[in-house]
Amino acid sequence: MTFEELEQIATETRENREKSPCELNVCVAAGCLSLHSDAVKKSLEEEVKRTGATCRVRGTGCMGLCSLGPLVASEPSGQLYKSVAPADATEIVENLEGVPVPRLLCSREQPFFQRQNLIVLENSGRIDPEKIEEYIAADGYRALVHALTEMNANEIVQEVSKSGLRGRGGAGYPTGLKWGTVAKTAGTTKYVICNADEGDPGAFMDRSVLESDPHRVLEGMAIAAYAVGATRGYIYVRAEYPLAVKRFGAAIREARRLGFLGSQICNTKFNFDMEVRIGGGAFVCGEETALIASIEGRRGSPRPRPPYPAQAGLWDMPTLINNVETFANIPSIVRRGGDWYASIGTRKSKGTKVFALTGKVRNVGLIEVPMGTTLRQIIYEIGGGVPEGHKFKALQTGGPSGGCIPEQFLDLSVDYESLRELGSIMGSGGMIVMDDSACMVNVARYFMEFCMSESCGKCIPCRSGTAQMFELLTRMTEGTATARDLELLEELCDMVSSTSLCGLGQSAPNPVLSTLRYFRDEYIEHINDKRCRAGVCECGSAVGVTA
Amino acid sequence: MPLTSKKPPLPSDDKRWRIVNGTMRRHGYARDALIETLHTVQESFGFLDKPALRFVADSLRVPLSQAYGVATFYHFFTMKPPGEHVCLICMGTACYIKGAGALLNEAQAALGIQAGETTADAKASLMTARCIGSCSVAPAVVFDGETMGNVTGKNLREKLAGWRPA
Repeated sequence: MTFEELEQIATETRENREKSPCELNVCVAAGCLSLHSDAVKKSLEEEVKRTGATCRVRGTGCMGLCSLGPLVASEPSGQLYKSVAPADATEIVENLEGVPVPRLLCSREQPFFQRQNLIVLENSGRIDPEKIEEYIAADGYRALVHALTEMNANEIVQEVSKSGLRGRGGAGYPTGLKWGTVAKTAGTTKYVICNADEGDPGAFMDRSVLESDPHRVLEGMAIAAYAVGATRGYIYVRAEYPLAVKRFGAAIREARRLGFLGSQICNTKFNFDMEVRIGGGAFVCGEETALIASIEGRRGSPRPRPPYPAQAGLWDMPTLINNVETFANIPSIVRRGGDWYASIGTRKSKGTKVFALTGKVRNVGLIEVPMGTTLRQIIYEIGGGVPEGHKFKALQTGGPSGGCIPEQFLDLSVDYESLRELGSIMGSGGMIVMDDSACMVNVARYFMEFCMSESCGKCIPCRSGTAQMFELLTRMTEGTATARDLELLEELCDMVSSTSLCGLGQSAPNPVLSTLRYFRDEYIEHINDKRCRAGVCECGSAVGVTA
Repeated sequence: MPLTSKKPPLPSDDKRWRIVNGTMRRHGYARDALIETLHTVQESFGFLDKPALRFVADSLRVPLSQAYGVATFYHFFTMKPPGEHVCLICMGTACYIKGAGALLNEAQAALGIQAGETTADAKASLMTARCIGSCSVAPAVVFDGETMGNVTGKNLREKLAGWRPA
């Protein structure tokens, strides 16, 4: 594959699209699909066929505003229709070129769309994820061809370092540094692994990227493989994401067909191929050494680091592991340069971050904002605030490893350091808005139950500590706890976080610590007054009392 | 180790074993194909049982203990046959905040079983998931593989009643 051939495919695809003046793009990613967007698509197709309209109906990826799904975008007018039912097909097709259907209109001028800055999601909702040609027409695979034919491995690592990109799985390790380590380590075979085991409950960014633009991730992985000298790749996807597995599998086959995977890619000496591995529903497999064990066909138990996977990973070979979103940033960085990427974001956190905004907020969906955006902007401008009749209480980030951030810190800008200072973490990008109907003690108990049952059982602090903490939190929610239990809980938090083997145990106390830090009075009320102000816990006579 | 070790015979004439064998062949009977193969077994038969584990372990030359360990470690694998219908309630954070707990209680009452169990008439199984990534339409429930968003207690009761006509 050369630039000329790539350009030819892009031109042909664009010309093909221009043959039909109108296009109806129906979101067929997981969110809209669960609201039956497939039936909407079928109905639109039938209507177009029946009326003979010159219009193409396409299935595309996620358009972001999932709470108003199923979403349909009408091109070239650019109108976005919300909550479309199959019965709306006639009206939509009738008004393709005329006045749009006002009843279904969803403005693109609202802050939800205007406030975003799309890099990872730039093609999401705009291309058919099952057609490689459409990705190529959207400048896809140009970065790979450019990298292979005009850059050497070291230059790519330099470019990624310059971009300031940090691991989007949550820990924020500098990506360029990681790549450099793998590139420098000698090994007969090296591996690239994409961590798509998006285990945090309340997070669906990676799912959406894989379902909406799988080739972007694949291209990023191929560039990474070239940069570090790897020849084999794996993508480890959760079994709970069957559609992502299917679409990525199809993307691999398509990429092989056009020669982006295989041997002598783009007539160079570079050989690289990859396969999908399906996870088994174990949260701990998001931890890199456990994930490697799982790919090797074993139980997902982590092991102590060092050695880090960069030195001894899959089958003890140097292995690069990055998250889906990290790889998805790579094609843009190679195409537009590290300096361009570094111009976005804050001093220490560059670029954009994709968040899954859910919970008690008006606009639920997938967003991508520059680092440094404030939490208040995300919740109130993009998210539209908490629905009528309730009051904001806390924002949960980082899943079971993160924490709850109260109102007074909402003006803080989003970056790795500031979230950590607040006792939470960036995490993979789940943001769950909680209102006054949530009990923070119960939330802490919820996450502890999660960590307890997801603990792999290898190290004792995590295996027993999480169970003991869960027991203490249960007593509090049931109204049988004493002041001594609270002391014990705090001791255990310290012990589990400082002595556990892997990140799961080390961060398991975070939800408890952060709720204790900001909502201690709720704990005291549960213990002393046997009262739950949100009315969630049945901890005594005052059940159902709301603040 | 001899290069051509003898493969164990298929446990029965059931054609589904050939699908299982196909997965192992595609991976060159490599040991690391264990999880992939168990996925195929569960997809084909609905669950894993001891003969299946023994067959896969022997074919891939891994100890039976390892196959059993893997099968019981990962939540996705089940060693109990599921009911005719499966109701899977998502307990992810977004669903929890929007009342998944109440839905679970509702389903347990309607079916008369606890999460992880199957009704005595084998009509329905009730499962919970950590998070199915459909947080935008929370609370979400998967009925026989099809995800339904913004589920209410009424939706849930109707759907479950349809599975077990009185």
